[in-house]
Amino acid sequence: MTTADKPRLSRQTMCDRLAMEFQDGWIVNLGVGMPTLCSNYLESEPDLEIIFHSENGVIGFGPLAPAGEEDRHLVNAGGQNVVALPGMAIVHHADSFGIIRKGMVDVTVMGAYEVAQNGDFANWRIPVRKGGGIGGAMDLAACAKRVFIAMEHNQRNGAPRVLKQCSLPITAPGVVKLLATDLGLFEITEDGFVLREHAPGWSPEDIQEQTEAELIIADDLREIRVRPA
Amino acid sequence: MKNKVFPDFDSAVADMTDGMTFMSPGFGNVGLARNLLAAVHRLGVKDLTGISNNAGSMDDRVDVGTLIEARQVKKMICAFTAPTHPSQITPFVQMYNDDELDAELVPQGTLAERMRAAAAGIGAFYTPASVGTELAEGKEHREINGRTYVLEYPLPADFALIRAYRADTFGNLQFRLTQRNFNPVMAMAADITVVEVEDSIVEPGEIDPDCVHVPGIYVDRLVKIPEDGLWD
Repeated sequence: MTTADKPRLSRQTMCDRLAMEFQDGWIVNLGVGMPTLCSNYLESEPDLEIIFHSENGVIGFGPLAPAGEEDRHLVNAGGQNVVALPGMAIVHHADSFGIIRKGMVDVTVMGAYEVAQNGDFANWRIPVRKGGGIGGAMDLAACAKRVFIAMEHNQRNGAPRVLKQCSLPITAPGVVKLLATDLGLFEITEDGFVLREHAPGWSPEDIQEQTEAELIIADDLREIRVRPA
Repeated sequence: MKNKVFPDFDSAVADMTDGMTFMSPGFGNVGLARNLLAAVHRLGVKDLTGISNNAGSMDDRVDVGTLIEARQVKKMICAFTAPTHPSQITPFVQMYNDDELDAELVPQGTLAERMRAAAAGIGAFYTPASVGTELAEGKEHREINGRTYVLEYPLPADFALIRAYRADTFGNLQFRLTQRNFNPVMAMAADITVVEVEDSIVEPGEIDPDCVHVPGIYVDRLVKIPEDGLWD
């Protein structure tokens, strides 16, 4: 078995690992797609109170609505019907982004095409077509207290997505704090790009082989955790 | 008091003319004025500039994409000018890539705040969103208290096509849950605000003043959505 064929982490594990960092009372904004899996983690942590914020101005919403119990006026950022929780509040779109720009969102979790070792990331434009899909990503990336990224470590052709410098137009410079990929957990620190936790069976050398960015290996490097110690 | 209740959607947009700018709210297919967009489609006005979060979805329902497909729109100002998934080639994406339509890509929060600036008489504002990206290139930058911002200008419109849950005949509006999204800022930013109403148009006084989301002074025209109208 070559290195590249070793088993990788599931998307749910990647998102569980990021959600493990959420602190009680945090205001959290989850991007459309893979990051929404972070909310599944909370089902196993009933004492952790997280306030979910979505771009369309809903603060404190609950999980996806069960079939037959959808309210046609209540959706999350992905347009999925969610349930109302006691204490939920609604604001209009300009106020919703006021919440973001003021820095009230404790963490935003987003997907990306590329992450660079200096904390730049790119998730809005690919060169194939004109234009891009920014949505609220630039506002969130520039203004949230923390930016976490969940992203596959390699492109489908095997090329690395974790780079020295982004090749695609960036969403915001130097903002990524934590990155979970299917190979491990990485932290961007003042010293550089640190490999903190690795997928089972993957050595630091294996991971470096799949990575253009220069990895600093954490002194306390360990296998990926999926539940708090 | 001026009667703001119109009998149908067509008469409520009849004075929209070629070259005008319109705002269309909606997020996640909730809170967009599908009946008014259909009326603009029937009216056939052209060379419109559209302001909206996105430029239409993949499904068959009436949205901004309906006007784009009918070649009534010359420019879109929105937060998505490429598909969120490569397979979603909407009429807008096709025409934009074929250079048959112009577009201005704006971060969603900047888009909303530019509308609020238009609604609130603000000349321009500084935002940290997009600093350090290619969208900020050529824009005026300013450092304030150690942080860099870019200057953004208001975004007004001739028409706003609004969806509300409830209204009174004076035009006071209420929205339900995330139907609200861009509706209030658009209703307040445009010169002529036309509203399609889901539940009821009631007499003044029936909506508690403390529970009005958009005051009627911003609202020009109201149409109740009939049972056989376009809903979700």
